Amino acid sequence: MARQARQWRVGAAGIAGAAVIGLTLSACGGAKVGDNSSDAGGSDSSGKCGTFNLAVNPWVGYEANAAVLAYVAENDLGCKVTKKDLKEEIAWQGFGTGEVDAVVENWGHDDLKKKYITDQKTAVDAGPTGNEGLIGWYVPPWLAKAHPDILDWNNLNKYAAEFKTSESGGKGQLLDGDPSFVTNDEALVKNLKLDYKVVYAGSETALIQAFRKAEKNKEWVIGYFYEPQWFMSEVPLEKIKLPEYKEGCDADPEKVDCDYPVYKLDKIVAAKFAESGSPAYDLVKNFTWTNDDQNVVAKYIAVDKMTPEAAAEKWVEANRDKVDAWLK
Amino acid sequence: MTVAVEKPEKTQQTEKPAPPVTRVRQVSRRTMVVAILVAWLVLFALLRGKQTLALAAADLTDLHRWFNDLNDSIGANRNSNPLFLYFFNEIRLVIDNLVTFVQELISQPSGTRPVPQIGWLGVVGITGYVSWAVGNWRVALLAVAGFTFLGLQGLWQESMDTLALTLSAVFVALLFAIPLGVWAGLSDRFNRIVTPFLDFMQTMPTFVYLAPMTLFFLIGPASATIATVIYAAPPAIRITAHAIRSVPETTVEAADSLGATQRQALLKVLLPMSKRTVVMGVNQSIMAALAMVTITALIDAPGLGKTVLQALQSLDVGTAFNAGLAIVVMAIVLDRVTTAASTREEAARKSSGRFLAWRRPLLGAGAAVTAVLVYMSHTYLWAAEFPGEGTAGSKIASAADTATTWAQDNLSGLTNAFRDAITNGLLNPFQSLLTDSPWWLVGAALIGLGVVLGGPRAAITTVVCVGLLVGTGVWSDAMTTLASTAVATVLVMLLGIVFGVWMGRSPLVDRLMRPTLDAAQVMPPFVYLVPFLALFGATRFTAIVAAIVYAAPVAMKIIADGVRNVPATTVEAATSAGCNTWQIITKVQLPMARGALTLATNQGLIYVLSMVVVGGLVGAGALGYDVVAGFSQGQLYGKGLAAGLAIVLLGVMFDRITQAAARRTSA
Repeated sequence: MARQARQWRVGAAGIAGAAVIGLTLSACGGAKVGDNSSDAGGSDSSGKCGTFNLAVNPWVGYEANAAVLAYVAENDLGCKVTKKDLKEEIAWQGFGTGEVDAVVENWGHDDLKKKYITDQKTAVDAGPTGNEGLIGWYVPPWLAKAHPDILDWNNLNKYAAEFKTSESGGKGQLLDGDPSFVTNDEALVKNLKLDYKVVYAGSETALIQAFRKAEKNKEWVIGYFYEPQWFMSEVPLEKIKLPEYKEGCDADPEKVDCDYPVYKLDKIVAAKFAESGSPAYDLVKNFTWTNDDQNVVAKYIAVDKMTPEAAAEKWVEANRDKVDAWLK
Repeated sequence: MTVAVEKPEKTQQTEKPAPPVTRVRQVSRRTMVVAILVAWLVLFALLRGKQTLALAAADLTDLHRWFNDLNDSIGANRNSNPLFLYFFNEIRLVIDNLVTFVQELISQPSGTRPVPQIGWLGVVGITGYVSWAVGNWRVALLAVAGFTFLGLQGLWQESMDTLALTLSAVFVALLFAIPLGVWAGLSDRFNRIVTPFLDFMQTMPTFVYLAPMTLFFLIGPASATIATVIYAAPPAIRITAHAIRSVPETTVEAADSLGATQRQALLKVLLPMSKRTVVMGVNQSIMAALAMVTITALIDAPGLGKTVLQALQSLDVGTAFNAGLAIVVMAIVLDRVTTAASTREEAARKSSGRFLAWRRPLLGAGAAVTAVLVYMSHTYLWAAEFPGEGTAGSKIASAADTATTWAQDNLSGLTNAFRDAITNGLLNPFQSLLTDSPWWLVGAALIGLGVVLGGPRAAITTVVCVGLLVGTGVWSDAMTTLASTAVATVLVMLLGIVFGVWMGRSPLVDRLMRPTLDAAQVMPPFVYLVPFLALFGATRFTAIVAAIVYAAPVAMKIIADGVRNVPATTVEAATSAGCNTWQIITKVQLPMARGALTLATNQGLIYVLSMVVVGGLVGAGALGYDVVAGFSQGQLYGKGLAAGLAIVLLGVMFDRITQAAARRTSA
């Protein structure tokens, strides 16, 4: 009996103590949740635009496009923007299911265009972004300076031995990147009779790290790369001249013996989104800018480590005239 | 990536001195292995480069095309197929609601509220209270400190998203895993049927089913949760089955003789008696789920994984490390809490009775305090959003950056020499032996080794696996991967023996090493890829190093355990007979821990294989690259799937051979 009473007392003391702490804390409470309802602004203006589902493919250049579009859609049009981090394949899948409204930097991908635009009719083309995509073989700047003739493909065999690595089996190493990149490099090496072996680094990260290290330590590296790319503002790689691109010279993947074409990067949107009448669709459709514009925003994000939102805000406020042209 | 912290089953029998007969057999077994290898080398020299089944990066076989077509037709018909309308879509709906509910509770704004229902103060309070109630006050302190640290890192919301996803996935996994585990524990037949499926679920690289997952369950948390469930359920099933099996037979018989029905025996005897081990299964499920955090971020799963992946795009090692560290902290907290929970009753029984008398009222008081904390975090902004800018996070990030830069600048020359020595001396010859030999020669050699090391049953498995490997159409890539895997396993075992013996002999070393080993297993590999790339370049060796970081801790833990289990009296006897330390290790402790060594090899190999895909991201090529390519490019989807199957087949083949070999050596 006595023991039970003691238990009760302890319990009560505990609860009382907790209550006291609670009261003290709430006395000096501070702002309550929902106090300043102005926080939840934007939600009331979403009447016309609604939710805008924007796919974000995993490279910084794309992130720059997406950040600026999201910023404008949120602040000028009052949309609720949902960003979705996805690889290209999966983002295109999302057009049909209504989970993705727009992909805002597309590189070629004729297979996907055929599958989703022509066959399944779940996606439509929303015009170019204004960016020009260059793909090709690049060397670090120190190498281009030390051996200027390396920038012509005819001289590549002369230097093949210098590019040997533990992975290239006695030949020169041509470093390729992420498997989702468009590449003809194996065919090119064969058809141009180059004494090189294509070695797959497997990711953009691996590629950038290889070039960064090569420039720093004056190492011999030649590899696949592309522009626009934020890394170019850190290490301005030099592009190698391959045999000039002519219409149709890359028609047969086995027999390619020419440079990559210049890609007009474009935007793809869900068919439903295009018909929805959402102002966000008009924004995406009107959006164009230059490689330099993108590189600036990409540099804010990648080199200066700003958040995508802050980077977009900085660029948009400095380039109001361009943004206004998208909104008219 | 396989289970983060796999506890080896402690079933090393105390070794009896081997009778002379087995010694003779052992010697002859060794000669047979040598004979097979010599025959292989001779034939390799004669037939080099013929019938190697090589396939170029963009080439496809009919099987690969068929997989592609299957994938496409599923995608095209998903809105008309009743299987989708009434089955997959329903599952998706339920899981989506579950995850959203948990997210709105702790991580995401819910309804009109700008913050979740329970803010940081409430979550920390609940965590501390629950840890204390199911464990002890020490682990509660750790949990509170750990969760507060997540906030100080500036990653509160991301961490809570990860926690929400992990908890939902583990909850769903356990719903299935515990009943299935009980069934597998009661029925040998069911156990035999289910084991290959579990193997498959754990070794199939996630990248392979991540893309189809979004076909079936759409983009978002539901897909991510289901992918995590597939990976997190097997350990719980296995451990539950093991727990049921370990209940002493006499106890069950006693229950039977008292007239208990089957149902009563299960509910009143088997389950309560195996509770402790089942909790360990829960622990393993949680660890496996956390290992999936960065991978599922590839299909837009919210949380820390996203932070890691985004930081990697700009090679921001510091930020990636900060987020990786948060995953490690969360894993360690959850691991310690569940471990404490599994041993609580035992610990409580040992502690004094006076404490027990106080427990009830203290629990009540704790609940009241927690309720107040939850209420405040629901009501006040300062208790809902973690205060401060997360300055600890940016300090950690910049420290990690500095350390990485230093290592890259100062160690690069050294590491390159080491890399070239291993690549040219070990990897290249071995790889050319495997890839340049005719496929039937390699197959025959593997089967021969299977017979000699594992016996007839392992040989049958090897025959089937070799046949299927040829069928996948990626034989040559599989052999390249096999070469790197074997080299990595050799290095893992070297490290495992050195550090395992050291840890086994000195409890102090063991205590100092363990946290590092845990962290190495849980830290997402994506975080250390960038520094490794800087040190070793995009090469096969980088992939090997990454695999070692992940697999060596397991080997070390198992070997340390084996060495510690060598009876102290035996070591004392050896010491008094005048053996020095070196002799004790090589003549007594290692031979007597032979069972542990084989188990460590088995686990080491499986763990190395689970890193093949990560290796594909840093220049290892072969199967890993095929899988990643299949995830990224539609026309390579089928090939990626085939490569994933090849990884599973390699895993099953080596698991069966090494396990059979382990049974034979310890028999």
